[in-house]
Amino acid sequence: MSATVQQASRRKRRSRLRTWLAGDRRAAISLSFLLLLGSLSLLAGVIAPYSPVAQSMDILAPPSAAHWLGTDDLGRDVFSRLLHGGPMTLYASFLAVSVGLAIGLPIGVLAGYLGGWVDTGVGRIIDTMLSFPSIVLAIAVTGALGIGLTNSMIAVGIVFSPGIARLIRVQTMIVKGDLFVDAARTFGSSTWRVIFRHILPNAIQPVIVQVTLLLATALLAEASLSFLGLGVQPPQPSWGQMLARAYTYMEIAPEQMYAPGLAILFTALAFNALGESLRALLDPTRSRND
Amino acid sequence: MSMRTLLLVGSRLVQVVPVLVLATLAIFGLLQLVPGDPAAVIAGETATAERIAQIRQMLGLDLPVWQQYLHWLSGAVRGDLSTSLITGVPVLEEVLRRLPNTLLIVFMALALSVAIGVPLGILAATNVDGRIDRLVTSTASLGVAVPNFWMGMILVGFFALGLGWFPTTGAASLTQEPLRALHHATLPACALALSGIAEITRQLRSALIDVLSSQYVRTLHAKGLPQSKILWRHGLKNVSLTLLTVVGLVFNRTLGATVAIEAVFAIPGTGSLVVASATNKDFPVVQGVVFVLVLIVIACNLLIDLLYAALDPRMSRR
Repeated sequence: MSATVQQASRRKRRSRLRTWLAGDRRAAISLSFLLLLGSLSLLAGVIAPYSPVAQSMDILAPPSAAHWLGTDDLGRDVFSRLLHGGPMTLYASFLAVSVGLAIGLPIGVLAGYLGGWVDTGVGRIIDTMLSFPSIVLAIAVTGALGIGLTNSMIAVGIVFSPGIARLIRVQTMIVKGDLFVDAARTFGSSTWRVIFRHILPNAIQPVIVQVTLLLATALLAEASLSFLGLGVQPPQPSWGQMLARAYTYMEIAPEQMYAPGLAILFTALAFNALGESLRALLDPTRSRND
Repeated sequence: MSMRTLLLVGSRLVQVVPVLVLATLAIFGLLQLVPGDPAAVIAGETATAERIAQIRQMLGLDLPVWQQYLHWLSGAVRGDLSTSLITGVPVLEEVLRRLPNTLLIVFMALALSVAIGVPLGILAATNVDGRIDRLVTSTASLGVAVPNFWMGMILVGFFALGLGWFPTTGAASLTQEPLRALHHATLPACALALSGIAEITRQLRSALIDVLSSQYVRTLHAKGLPQSKILWRHGLKNVSLTLLTVVGLVFNRTLGATVAIEAVFAIPGTGSLVVASATNKDFPVVQGVVFVLVLIVIACNLLIDLLYAALDPRMSRR
């Protein structure tokens, strides 16, 4: 492809993105929210008025000019902890989904491409893994690997992998039968080249949608596991862990549970909405006029 | 029972065997994920060499892996899931003692999910793109994104601490004090049902929209059949299979999601047991809980498979 053609295609893609966002308000809002959250997370150290772990005598204080969202049971600034919880949450979500992809994608593609007994065997394993209640399995794996944010998110990723494998396996089986794959093989392309250049790019779309939705699931899993004390360890801030502390002081300071809970809710909502919009955008049965 | 039904049940039971074997392999494999020497990790940092050796022997960690597996499996088949490393209580006994508390809120949540999700799904699908549909769909999106344990906290704050209508924590035995048990289970079940309601609403809505926009429904319209008759006689019959699949999925998910809910409401169920055991590295108990829950899910999937065949005559012929 020449440089001009590449440029033109890039420009076309950018304009398509703009048309999509202009036509889909939900996607535009979700994407803006996530970009804002991403930048706030990157800049948390600079923007946060206090250190997330600095304690003071001013405990369980209501919102004020000095502490916008009040202080927690150890006198730490809730707003600063919320900001510092952002990068933790995003790191956790992306880690879990990456681990899921790293395990699920190659297994699913190979099973779908090779077929035969490999496919039967992998299919059985996937079915079995999907009959484990996911959070319970994640807790069990976390217990084995050792408690902590990274380990618990690796566990969640392991739990995600059979679902991803199943999805890409079906897609691979569909694309494998297409004429252009036969053509590539006839021209002497190696198996690896066929998989990477021809099958994967054409089978990946539903996976992209699934990944966006899984980010929300991972976020909720992180919150649950940190709430249960298996994820982020104190004094590190995380939204789920902030809720665990708020829970302990619920009778004296019920308002402590709103900020972290809403942060989790809005972020999960944004990932889900973006995923649904992507699904609608990529759905071949829906007419597209571009 | 006819011969065909028997054959069907038999063939499905046979299909379950490899899944069961793989599940036991996976549960056994959990211990292999422990980094380093599992016995030393389980014994803790301050353990003596004697204690480590004792644990190694108790878990059979000195044997080759395949012998360990066979040992574990032969125990599991006989209903012996070893004993807790901390309390010394047989694992199966502990799990079965706590299971009713968990199953009560799970089934109550499932019943709520179906009872609320199905009408909402129908309501949305029969008003596609109308105001009601938009309201239902956006509420459902919210329901999927709400952390259930946070919802539980809000419910406790409002209905238990604020209004005092429900107890804040604990559980009661359904067989001994049924009313008190249901009273205790109401708030946790509501918090747990939220995502199930949302899921059933969404799936039922899209399945019903598909059916209602199909060719044969158009024919029925042309024939002059009233809308209500089309919906009840043809539409719902065709989405019942989807509903069955979704209920199975929601059951599996609810069984897992109950873990955080049990923590909020201090319910002595299997969820709180697995969290405490994972934290304390009491692996026989962790394995036991996972094993029993997987057995329940597999049994539920089997039941759904059979119901499928009963509902859809095409399926049983395969």
